[in-house]
Amino acid sequence: MSNDHLALEASHLTKLFGTLKAVDDVTFSVQRGEIFGFLGPNGAGKTTTIRMLTGLLTPNEGRVIVNGIDLHDHMIKAKMQMGVIPEVGTTYVDLTAEQNLALTGKYYGLSRERIRERTKELLGALGLYERRGDPVRTYSKGMRQRLSFACAIIHEPNVLFLDEPTEGLDVQSRRLLVDMILELNMKGCTIFLTTHNIEEANALCQRVAIINKGRLVALDRPEALRSSFEKTQSLEVSFDPRIATDTLCFGHVSKIETSGDKMILYTDDPHATIKQVVDVAQQEHARILSLRTRGPSLEEAFIMLTDDKRPGCEIVD
Amino acid sequence: MRSLIDTYFLRGIAVTAEKNMRIYYRKAPVVIFGLLFPLFMFVAFFIGRELEIDLFFPAFLAMTLFFTSSSVGPLITPWEKQARTFERLLSYPLTVGTLILGDMAAGMLFGAGISVLVLLLGVAFVGIGISSVVLFLVALLLGAICFASMGVLLAAPASSSPSNIMMLSSLIRFPLIFISGIFIPLGELEGLRLAVSYASPLTYLVDAMNHAAGGPTSMHVAVDIVVLIVVSAIFLIAATAIQKRSLTKGL
Repeated sequence: MSNDHLALEASHLTKLFGTLKAVDDVTFSVQRGEIFGFLGPNGAGKTTTIRMLTGLLTPNEGRVIVNGIDLHDHMIKAKMQMGVIPEVGTTYVDLTAEQNLALTGKYYGLSRERIRERTKELLGALGLYERRGDPVRTYSKGMRQRLSFACAIIHEPNVLFLDEPTEGLDVQSRRLLVDMILELNMKGCTIFLTTHNIEEANALCQRVAIINKGRLVALDRPEALRSSFEKTQSLEVSFDPRIATDTLCFGHVSKIETSGDKMILYTDDPHATIKQVVDVAQQEHARILSLRTRGPSLEEAFIMLTDDKRPGCEIVD
Repeated sequence: MRSLIDTYFLRGIAVTAEKNMRIYYRKAPVVIFGLLFPLFMFVAFFIGRELEIDLFFPAFLAMTLFFTSSSVGPLITPWEKQARTFERLLSYPLTVGTLILGDMAAGMLFGAGISVLVLLLGVAFVGIGISSVVLFLVALLLGAICFASMGVLLAAPASSSPSNIMMLSSLIRFPLIFISGIFIPLGELEGLRLAVSYASPLTYLVDAMNHAAGGPTSMHVAVDIVVLIVVSAIFLIAATAIQKRSLTKGL
C-alpha cells in the first residue's frame, strides 16, 4: 500500500538509556497537512521521541520515515524536509536576528537573495523587523522564541517539529506563534507539536497522541480524548482560617493537593463534593474565600488512561 | 544523492566555521588561552636573558600556532551546550563529521592567521629570515590543522561546562610546550626526556619550522610532515567517534 499521504511514520521506536527504557515500541503516523499533537508529562518520553524523529538520537529499534525518506539511511535528505524548534533550542545571542537567519538559511543552501527575502518576510510577520540589527541578547523571551520559530521555517519545511513552542510565553507572542502555525499549516506544512497544554492541543491539533512512561497510551482526535478526560475533575478551595487537610478526606475525593493557600480536591463527583466542603466549613467555623471547579488536566487524563486510579484519599503537600 | 551530500557536507563545514569565527573568536577564553598565554610565555622566557631571537623564533612561532589553533575548539561544543544552541544546530542538515571539521576549520584559521601576523611582525621588526617559504607554509598549515583538531578532540566528550574543558585543555597543553623543543632545543635533550619529546606532536612542528627557517633540526622534514598528518587524522577520527557517543550529553 502506498504511503504517499503520510508526512511522518514512526515504527516501533524504542530508546534505551542504560537499562532505562525511555521510549518503548512507539508507533504512529502523521498525515500530510495534519497538525499532530504529542502530549505527555515531564519524563514521559516526549523529548526523546522528538529527538529520534528529528535524527538527534538513534533509536535502539524502529525506524522513522519523513516524507517517504528513511531518516537513518538518508539523514541529510530527510533533514532538508524538516524544520525544528527544540524545547530549549535558542538562537545565538551574540548574533543579530538577521545574522541568525542568514546562518540558518546557509545551512539549508538558500541563496543570498532568497535569505534576504525570507528574512524580511519572516521578521516582518513576527514583529521583529525593527530590531533586526540588534544582538539577540537584548531580546525578551517572547522575541527570542519568535526568532527561533523564524529560523525553523526559513527554508519552508514540509514538516515542522515544535517542542513546547509556547511554553512560558506572553499572550501576544503565543498568539502570534499560534497564528503562524495555522498559516503554515494552511499552506500545506505538516505540524508535529509537543505540549503540556491540553487546551492548546485541543485548539490546534487534528489528532493527539499521549505518551506516558515511554509508551503510547492514547491516539485520537482531541475531542474524543477530552470526553474521556471529563470523568475526572477537581475543586480548588481556600478557607479562612485554614483547616486541616484530612478533614476534607471524604466520599468522592481521591486525592488532595495543597497549592499556596489553596487546596485542590480531586473528585469524580464535584456536585457532592461541593456540598461536603460547605458542610466542613460550617463545622470548622471557617469562611470559604474561594471555590471553583477545575477542568480536566493532562495529569488527570493520565490517571485514567494509565490505570493510576488510587484507592482511598491521598494527601500531597 | 552523492552530490547532494557532497554539497551539504562542504557547505556545512564552511557555514559552521563561519558561525564559529563570528561567535567564538572574541570570547574571553580564546583571547586569554589563545593570545595572551603564548605572549606571556614568550616574554617570561626572553626578557632578561641574552638569547638570539633568530634562533628561537621558529619555536616561538610554533608555540604561538599551538596555543592559538587549539584554543577555539575546546570552547565551542561546551559553550553551545551551555547556551542551549547545540540541539538546534544538530537539527540542521549536518553530520557530526561536518560539525567536527567546521570547528576544526575555525581553530585552524585562527591559529594560522595569528601566526602569519606574528611572522610578518618578526620579519618586519626583527629581520627574521625564512629559507623555504613553501615548507614554512606547509608546516604552518599542518600544524594549524593538527592542533585545531586536538582542540576539537578535547571538547568532544564535553557536557555543558566550558570552564571544565578549558581547564582540561590547559592541563594537557601546558606540559606539551615544555617537552617539545621550544625552550630547550631537542639536540640538548637525551634519554627519557628525548623519548618523551618525540611523543609530542608539537616537537615535529617545531622541527619543521626549524627546517623552514634554516635552524637546527633533529629529524628529516618528511618525518615531521607525516607525523603531523597522521596525528591530525587520529585526532579528527577520535573526536568524531567520541562526539557521536556524547552528542546529547548535557542537552
